[in-house]
Formats: sequence, structure tokens, C-alpha cells
Amino acid sequence: MRAFTYERPTRLDDAVALLAAHGPDARLLAGGTDLIIRLRDGTIRPRVVVDLKRIAALDGDIREADGALRIGALAVMTDIAADARIRRDYEALAEAAAVVGSIQIRNRATLAGNVCNASPAADTVPSLLVYGARVVVTGPAGVRSVPLDEVFVRSGVTTLAAGEIVTAIELPRPSTRCRSVHVRRTRRRGHDLASVTLTCAIDTDGLTRLAYGSLGPRPLLVADDTGLLADPSAPDGAKAERLETLFAAASPSARSMRASPDYRLAMLHVLGLRAVGTAIERLARGSAG
Amino acid sequence: MTADLDASVRIDVTVNGRPRSLEVRPHHTLLDVLRDDLGLTGTKECCLVGECGACTVLIDGVSVDSCLVLAAEADGSAVLTVEGLASGDRLDRLQAAFLETGAAQCGFCIPGQLMAAHALLAANPRPSRADVEEGLAGNLCRCGGYEQIIEAVLVAAERLGAAS
Repeated sequence: MRAFTYERPTRLDDAVALLAAHGPDARLLAGGTDLIIRLRDGTIRPRVVVDLKRIAALDGDIREADGALRIGALAVMTDIAADARIRRDYEALAEAAAVVGSIQIRNRATLAGNVCNASPAADTVPSLLVYGARVVVTGPAGVRSVPLDEVFVRSGVTTLAAGEIVTAIELPRPSTRCRSVHVRRTRRRGHDLASVTLTCAIDTDGLTRLAYGSLGPRPLLVADDTGLLADPSAPDGAKAERLETLFAAASPSARSMRASPDYRLAMLHVLGLRAVGTAIERLARGSAG
Repeated sequence: MTADLDASVRIDVTVNGRPRSLEVRPHHTLLDVLRDDLGLTGTKECCLVGECGACTVLIDGVSVDSCLVLAAEADGSAVLTVEGLASGDRLDRLQAAFLETGAAQCGFCIPGQLMAAHALLAANPRPSRADVEEGLAGNLCRCGGYEQIIEAVLVAAERLGAAS
């Protein structure tokens, strides 16, 4: 690994100032499960690594604030998967966090890092998208809150400004009762990056939201407000046609590594239909659990 | 304005119960420092991308891949490596069970398996077979000795239960 300077600020302002001073020569470190791999293989060569874990204003707390569930930037996947409120109200996020890497990875990898890394295959992102997550950032211009759907551009590229630091991810309270499920396709049983990663959420008003990743440069969010997908008695054929329309923007790369574009598209439709079925079953069963 | 890239960072860590004050290079991982500076070579270097688990250690009781943790990040924490499991000549229950069941074949992955199992049993003293499979899923064994490894953890858990 190439040498760099290690900075461990205790104040958020100092971290923002370090980013402003060093620009692209500085990188932020939270869990490190993506960053350290890239430092080692030389794909990134920063002069300064800024460790966020001693900043007093940052935490890994998961708590209710202003009608939303606030997940601190340092919350790791193990915490997300185990949190009782997330398991109850945002179950697909708990399911997705539980399949990221191994236990050792989940003990370090942060939810905020999964977002900032902007991998098209990030497993927690489809769930965050269907729940309408917002990303809270602090930068030279102050604090702002951005809808997650506006954050992603393409692999590794976000709309967040160079000097901005994510401090929390906020999930709004669902206005009506909603059940959800996360599903994924991997090459093998056990730990693997997803060839398709998808979340479906259906609420009692009949609105179905689906978000999926690993099928193009960024994860995508779509919605069906016709009530067709949420209708337990609607035939699968009609639902498959509706999904065909909703998934029209899926564009897996021809250079994709883990599965061919055709396979990914085929599995997207299989998993989409399956996830709709599971969300309907969960909604019919009533309360979470 | 950037500080000297060769500058080292001073860290205070407790390794296997012994307090240590170390000067580490910022780009050295906890794995590098354990093996090269402290001579604790039980922790193995293998994939270096967090997939094989051979470098698993516990930081403040939490299992991590030490190849993906900078040594500087461990400042102020307690690190447990495979060398810290036995008390003197006496193996701990997990190590004894691994020996009895023939869980160690070539042995390379075993320190990581032991540390992952140690974290599992600390959190879940009576794991099911499925719990053990998931608990050790981040630790690969090229010899394919998974059955014996799982059995060893279940045997150790049983003894732990019987002793308490």
C-alpha cells in the first residue's frame, strides 16, 4: 500500500476543512471495507486519509428524530440488521444489511459507506430507495438533506460535492402500513456480490415501489400506482407485463462481470415477480414478524 | 502543507491482554503490525480483500478482517488474536475441540476459524448448526474441512454449556 498521512479529526468542521484543503488527494475512511481494498490495489492513491470515527458529531446511533428514523453515518451493517425498529418498519433494509459480505465485513462496513461508494450492486441501496431515504450531508456550504434517488450518477460517482461528508441517513415514517422484502441473485450460495439485487415494498393503499441494482450504472427506483401489482388476485401474466414496462430502463453492461446482461434481465423479472408475491403475503399476514 | 508521508502514528493497544505502545506507519494494516511488528504470526495473511477470513481477529470483542483495518484505527482498543486463546499450556475449549474432531487439516485457515468461532460463542453460547454455518461463513477452508470445523464448534459449545 502506498504511504499516506493519517488524519483523525475530532470535529466535523476539521474534517470538512481537510477535504477542502486537499481536494481529490484526501479520502474519507469509515468502515474501510471498500476503501482499504482500493488503497492496497492502487486504484486510489490519496495523500491523506481522514478517519471519521473519532468525530464527536458523528455516531452510529439509530434513533427516531423529527418523524424519521435517523441512522448515524457510523452505523455498521451488523447494527442495521439487528435493530428492532428497522426489522419491524423497514424489514427489507434489515434483510439487505444481513447479506452484505461476511460477519467480519458487516461488523465494519457502514450503511453510509455503502451509499457513498455508489456501487450499482450495493445491496442496501434498493431498500433505502423504496423507503424514500434522505442523505444528510455537511459541507463547506453548511448542512443539506438530499433525496437518495438524486445522489447516484454511475458506479463510484455521486452528486455529493467533493467537500461534503454524510452525517446520517434518514428514513421517513411510512404514512400507511407497508411491507417489504429484499431479494438477490448471486452466483453461488454463500457470500457474493449480487448479479441482481432488488427490493419491493407494497403499502395498504395499493402502491408498489420496486428498486433494483446491478442492472446498469446506478440503482433505479420505479413505482406502480395502478394497484395492479399489489392486487393479490391479479394474474401473474398481467403483473409480468407491468414489470416489463417498469423495468424498461434496466441496462446491464455488456462488460458485466458476474452474469451476462441477458441473464441479469431474465432474473430481474423472475425476482421482481417473486418479491411482489412475498410482499403481498407479508401484508396479508398482518403485523411484521 | 501535507505532513511527512513517512510520519508514524503512535497507538496504544492491548494485545492479548498486554498493553502495548507502538509506532505504526499509517498505511500499515492491523494485520501487518500484528505479524511484522509484534511477531504474532498466528494471524494469517491471505486474500487481502476481506473474503477469506484467515486474518480474523477480535477488536473489543468484535470479529474483523485485520487486513481491512489500519493499525492506526485500532488505537485505544483491545485486540485478541489466536495467540491469546490458550492460557499458558492449556488450550481453550475451542482449540481442544478442533484438535479432537480433526478440524485442522493443513491448518492455515484455523486461526481465523477459531477467532470467528470465539466471537460466535461469546454472542451465542448455544448455537444451532445453522448459526455456526453463518457464523463461520466469512472463513474459507481450502482443504474443505468444513464438516469437522462445524462439529468442533458445536462440541465446544456443548462443553461450554455443560460447564456453566
